[in-house]
Amino acid sequence: MSMEQLIEKYFRPGRLPHIWCPGCANGIITGALVKAIDRVGLEKDNTAVVAGIGCSSRASGYLDFNTVHSAHGRALPFATGIKLAAPQMAVIVITGDGDAAAIGGNHFIHAARRNIDLTVLLYNNSTYGMTGGQYSPLTPTNSKAATAPYGTVDRPFDLAALARGAGATFVARGSAFHAPMLADLIASGIRHKGFSLIEAVASCPISYGRQNKLGDAPAMLKWQRDHALPADAYEKLSDAQKADKFPIGVLYQADAPEYTEEYAKIIARAQKGGL
Amino acid sequence: MSKTLLMQGNKAVAEGAVAAGADFFGGYPITPSTEIAEELSALLPTIGGTFIQMEDEIAGIGVALGASLAGRKVMTATSGPGFSLKQELIGYAALAEIPIVIVNVQRVGPSTGQPTAPSQGDVMQARWGTHGDHPIIALTPSSVPECFRLTVRAYELSERYRTPVILLMDEIVGHMREKVQLPPYASIPRPERKKPLVPPQEYRAYFGAQDDLVPPMAAFGSGYRWHVTGLVHDEYGFPDSSGKATKELLDRLFAKINDHLDDIVETEEYRLEDAECAFVAYGGTARTAYAAVDMAREEGIKAGLLRPITIWPLAEKQIKDLGGRVNHIIVAEMNRGQYVLEVERAVAGLCPVTLCAKYNNEAIAPAELLAALQKTKRHAGGA
Repeated sequence: MSMEQLIEKYFRPGRLPHIWCPGCANGIITGALVKAIDRVGLEKDNTAVVAGIGCSSRASGYLDFNTVHSAHGRALPFATGIKLAAPQMAVIVITGDGDAAAIGGNHFIHAARRNIDLTVLLYNNSTYGMTGGQYSPLTPTNSKAATAPYGTVDRPFDLAALARGAGATFVARGSAFHAPMLADLIASGIRHKGFSLIEAVASCPISYGRQNKLGDAPAMLKWQRDHALPADAYEKLSDAQKADKFPIGVLYQADAPEYTEEYAKIIARAQKGGL
Repeated sequence: MSKTLLMQGNKAVAEGAVAAGADFFGGYPITPSTEIAEELSALLPTIGGTFIQMEDEIAGIGVALGASLAGRKVMTATSGPGFSLKQELIGYAALAEIPIVIVNVQRVGPSTGQPTAPSQGDVMQARWGTHGDHPIIALTPSSVPECFRLTVRAYELSERYRTPVILLMDEIVGHMREKVQLPPYASIPRPERKKPLVPPQEYRAYFGAQDDLVPPMAAFGSGYRWHVTGLVHDEYGFPDSSGKATKELLDRLFAKINDHLDDIVETEEYRLEDAECAFVAYGGTARTAYAAVDMAREEGIKAGLLRPITIWPLAEKQIKDLGGRVNHIIVAEMNRGQYVLEVERAVAGLCPVTLCAKYNNEAIAPAELLAALQKTKRHAGGA
C-alpha cells in the first residue's frame, strides 16, 4: 500500500496537517507505525492507540483508532486498563523519551515487569520538544539544552537495557533513517505476545539539533545512518568503539507468561470457588 | 432474599460496588482504605471482573480510567496522601467525562499525618484538589449500611452524569462494624451509561447540547472510534484551543451537574421540625450529632441536625433554608474548619454560624457538641 493509501486508510480525515516542526522525524516514525499495523492486519475498531503528553503523543489524535491522549507519563496505566478490560484488543502505546522515561518511568518498568501485551513505540528525540528543548533522561551527557546552557551532567538511560532488566519480552531499537526496518520491528512487536518496546531514534532539528549544532534535518538523519549498527555487529565492537555507535534491530526477545492470559486463569479459578 | 450481616464500612463499600455492577478495581495499598482493595481482590474475579494492584496511586486511577473507556464500571480507593496523588487524573476524568468512583477514606494530614486516626480534612481537597475549574460530586456515608447504599448511588451518579464521583469516607465509618442488611444484588438496578444511538460515522463523543447535557459514551472496541484527550476539545473530542470552545466546554461541564441538583443533592433532617438551633454535620461526625441532639432535647433545648449526604455540590438551598428557620447553626467537623466556610456562605447572615472543630486524632464526643450548643445558648441569652 502506498503512503497515500495508508494515510487515507489509517489517518483521520481533517486532522492533518500535524503540529510537528519542519524536519521533525515524528512523521517518518508514525508512517512506519501505520505500515506495520497494515502489515499485521489489525482491525481499526479492535485497536487502541494510547499516548501520553509531548510532541510524539499528538500522533494519537491523527490516527483513526480508539485513541487516548492521556496525561503526561500516564499512557501505560491507561493502556493497561484498556488491555485488562478488553484483552482481545490490540493496544499500542505512543510515547516519548521524557514521557516514558522521566515522569512515566515508574509505569514503564512495571508494565514491562507484568509482561502485559502492549506494544510501546517510543519516539526518542533526546529532548522535551513540546516545551522548547529541555534535557530529558535520554539526552546524551554534555549536550546543550534549554535548561542546560552549560551542557548536561546527567547520564542518559540505556532504555533498551532498562526495559529488558524490568522484564520486557521484546526489545528493539530502530531509527527514522532506517524507516523500512523500523516498520518491520514495530510489526514484530505487535505480533509478539507480551510487553514490547520499540525505541525509535528520532530527530529534532529545530530545538535539540539547533542547540547542539547538529545541522539540518537531512544531516541529523545522516547521523543516524552513520552511527547505527546492526545489533550483532555492534556487539563485536570494543567499548571505545561502541561509545560512538548505537545498536539497532531486535535486541532481546523471550517467551514468558502474558499478564491478561494469566489473570484469565485467576478468574477461572475464582469462579470454580477455589483459592 | 436479603441477608443481615455484621460488617465493616470498607467491606460494605466493596459489596456495594459489586452490587452496582462494578467489575474493575485499580489501586495501591494505603491505610485506612486497604480493606476495600483486599475485599475486591477476592470478589471481582468471582464475577468475571478484574482487580489489579498498581505501582502507585496515579497508576491506580489511570488503569481504572482506561478500563472505564473500554466499558467497565470502575473503582479506585485510597486515603489522604494517595488522594493527593490521584488529583491529576481526577481532573482528567472530569474534563474527558470518564465515569469512575473514587473512594477516599480520610485520615489525619497533612502529609503522612496519622494513618490510623480519623479526620475530615480532605473536604476542600475533594472539591478543589485538582487544578482548574471543574464540577465534582462527593457523597459522605455516616454508617455501614450507608457505605453500601452510597456506593451503589455513586455508580448511578457517575454513569448517569458521565463524571467522577468521590465517596468521601472517614476512618470512623471505614473501620466501624455495624449490622447491615444487604438486599439481593439482582434486585438492585444496575446503572448503565447512555450509549450512542447514531451510527459510528455520526458519533460525537462530546456533543452534549441535547436533552440533559450528558453526551452518550461509546466503549472502546464497540465499533465507535473516538478520541479522548485532557486538552480542551470540540464535540468530537479533538483539541480546540479557541476561547469559545474553552468556555462552552466548562459551562456545559458545570451545567450538566448544576441543572440536576434535585437529583444529585441528598440531605437528611433529624428532629428539625421545631428546632431553634441546628447542627450541620456529615460522615462519622454526624453520628455524634444525633446523640447530641437527643441529649439537648432531654434538657429542653430544641435542637436538630441537617446532614449533608451529598457533600459536593453544596446543599445550598437546604442550608440557606435552615438558616432562615433556626436561631443558630453549629458546624461540627474533624478539621480546623473547612465546611463551615461553605455553610456560612450559603446561610449568608440569616443566622450566626459557629464551628465545633476537633483535630486531635479523636472523634468528637456527644458531650462536646452539647457543650458547644449550651455555650451558644448562654451567649444568646446574655445578648
